[in-house]
Amino acid sequence: MPLTIDSSRSGDRAVIRLEGTIDASSAERVRQAVDAALADHPAWLELDVEQVVFMSSAGLRVVIFAKQKEPDVKIAFRKPQPPILETLKKTGFFSAVYVIGDEE
Amino acid sequence: MMEARIDVYATHEFGGYRFRHGKVLPFGATLVDGGVNFSVFSSAATSCALVLFEKGSGEPLVELDVPPEFRIGDVYSIMVFDLEIEDLEYGFRFDGPFEPHRGPRFDRNRIVADPYARAMGGRDTWRSEPDWSNGDAYVHRSRVVLDDFDWEGDRPLELRTTDLIVYELHVRGFTADPSSGVSAPGTYAGLREKIPYLKALGINCVELLPIFEFDEWENSRSHPATGEWLGNYWGYSTLGFFAPKAGYAATGSLAMDVDELKTLIKELHANGIEIILDVVFNHTAEGDHRGPTISFRGIDNATYYMLTPEGWYYNFSGCGNTFNCNNPVVRGLVVDCLRYWASEYHIDGFRFDLASILGRDPHGAPLANPPLLESLAYDPILSKCKLIAEAWDAGGLYQVGSFPAYGRWAEWNGKFRDNVRRFLKGEPGVIGDMAARVQGSPDLYADRGPGTSINFITAHDGFTLADLFAYNEKHNDANGEDNRDGSNDNDSWNCGTEGSTDDPGILALRLRLTKNAIAMLMFSQGIPMLVMGDEFGRTQNGNNNGYCHDSELSWVNWALAEKNAELLNFTRGCVALRQAVPMLRSPHFPNALGGDDRDADIDFVGTSGTGQDWAGWNTVLAYRLTERGREEGVPGDEMMVMFNMHWGDQYFGLQPPAGGGGWHVLVNTAMPAGGDVFRRLDAPAVEGPSFLAGPRSVVVLIAGFGS
Repeated sequence: MPLTIDSSRSGDRAVIRLEGTIDASSAERVRQAVDAALADHPAWLELDVEQVVFMSSAGLRVVIFAKQKEPDVKIAFRKPQPPILETLKKTGFFSAVYVIGDEE
Repeated sequence: MMEARIDVYATHEFGGYRFRHGKVLPFGATLVDGGVNFSVFSSAATSCALVLFEKGSGEPLVELDVPPEFRIGDVYSIMVFDLEIEDLEYGFRFDGPFEPHRGPRFDRNRIVADPYARAMGGRDTWRSEPDWSNGDAYVHRSRVVLDDFDWEGDRPLELRTTDLIVYELHVRGFTADPSSGVSAPGTYAGLREKIPYLKALGINCVELLPIFEFDEWENSRSHPATGEWLGNYWGYSTLGFFAPKAGYAATGSLAMDVDELKTLIKELHANGIEIILDVVFNHTAEGDHRGPTISFRGIDNATYYMLTPEGWYYNFSGCGNTFNCNNPVVRGLVVDCLRYWASEYHIDGFRFDLASILGRDPHGAPLANPPLLESLAYDPILSKCKLIAEAWDAGGLYQVGSFPAYGRWAEWNGKFRDNVRRFLKGEPGVIGDMAARVQGSPDLYADRGPGTSINFITAHDGFTLADLFAYNEKHNDANGEDNRDGSNDNDSWNCGTEGSTDDPGILALRLRLTKNAIAMLMFSQGIPMLVMGDEFGRTQNGNNNGYCHDSELSWVNWALAEKNAELLNFTRGCVALRQAVPMLRSPHFPNALGGDDRDADIDFVGTSGTGQDWAGWNTVLAYRLTERGREEGVPGDEMMVMFNMHWGDQYFGLQPPAGGGGWHVLVNTAMPAGGDVFRRLDAPAVEGPSFLAGPRSVVVLIAGFGS
């Protein structure tokens, strides 16, 4: 499943909406989108992953990349699918990011 | 700022892959600007090719012959550009002579793994059945690893050696059982969920059974009678010294095993718990001449293995081959490996399996000054790491007390185990030895101190503590070897009947002996080591060699924590007392000349309170520990420790504490729950000038502070 990326900005929040599969071949595009979003110095970087069906280690590494590049930016996953949430937990990234649902 | 560096351009191209002469160091696969650098040693090969795969694909992406001009000395290095490293697997194909009688065993038809592979494929989901039909295929494929983990300021803890309380555990067995209640049973992530339990227990160091990549399917078989799967559960058979066991990671199939393990280590450190790895450098998984060619054998057989003059494999490990650790090249690999784990994974120390082998020369003779052991002792990167030797091997070398230590190496103290076991059963003839064991074994380690002595009564290998007092004989039928395997010398005692029973008298005696064992561990000088589950009575049903069982037999049954809460509470109490009494953790032996204020002096006072009876038949030992004092006017701790291993009651005469305040009871294993262990602040006072200790009991008293 190809990956579509849609970046936007609302207030202090940079939002990157992702849809499809994030794997080794598509992760570089996500990284570029994250890089571009961080260049505007947002307080929050929100990755809307509700429509992401699979995320490989390459995708998770984009999060590490973002956190290392801008340690002060808060990183949030919006509505991750259960398998992605599980991977976040098992690898320990869960404690480094925020997970948000419908309410926010 | 430089726009483009000119030293990383391709000079060659083949099959669409651009490459150039690589850097010879470091060995292995390393990320460089725009590519990956590969470097590998072989002194006897005539050619080398780098074989690249896409993960999961049977056919290689490309096979790049390393041009002759890329070899410097015996090292082939090649830098390849524009690789998708997340999905990359690689290996090498070497050509060279097959002349076993002279050493080399090259096989041009095989692809072999990188000795420096930072990660390995093939076994990334625990016990996922391999495809046996593809016979000789290259299975244990080398992978490239990213070093971008966010440690958030973590580094090894560097706890004082004598402050350690070690807990030996098997990553899978610790949480594999559903009773563990963790979300990812049997994994690094599962272990991470149990950190609060470890913290509450009070231990501050976990020693993990091997977590270097191994093949749980090695020599796997079905039990002839039960059909049960038997394999290599313990993991003492290394495939890759630099690669973590991927099957222990819940995320292994996502190739996130490195991150999951590092996350575990970071969180253990955040909770004040060190990590020691049990490392196996004495042999590899390639076995003898009948074994598979996975890596070393097909790269430089005569360098990596000890060979007889006829080219057969020496077998000092009992596992088919012997890693040639005092060859300078192999020694370099071992040092590189440990440096890698200490620096990249923040590992706090290493326990070396059958370490005496590391002190043998390439022909097997023990060396007086083994270069490898010396290198490790003085290594600048490992200088704060704990180095612990299992100071014997399967070739007959037994070096407890005489291991070449350079003032640096600690040892699993096998004599502590043997003496304490016999003492616990009430055997005569061991109180002289016990007097040394409780002091940290100055008879063995006079020039090194009590931090040398890893005191243990049980280990993964042998009976569990509960089984030590429930079985006279080993019961290894479940191993499918007709009960021939496993040690016959266990110094165990079943307390009256073999195995499980509901006889309340026998159960009470077993519990008391178990408490005695825990108390002896925690109140002796040196470093105590517990085995997972012993604190709440884990049993292997009398099996003293659980290496092949991945089942309830070898896993921790967490329901026992509730069932045997009395023992668990007692253990927690003793661990807490060890932490609360500094002189028990002194880096100097009792009565040491010089030393520090918080060192202890020891007097063996016996039952009279004035002198120990050292007669051979005596099974009662009592001593007094006196802390040398703290600052002016503040008295040091004083303790009375009484071991009555006799089957009758025993009166012990008490001399009053020098600092006043009277004696208070910390531990009395003759008492039931509630009276068996106290916190210092709650310790009840002793009335009168003597103490009546129950049959087969341990009593520990402490002087109150001026009250």
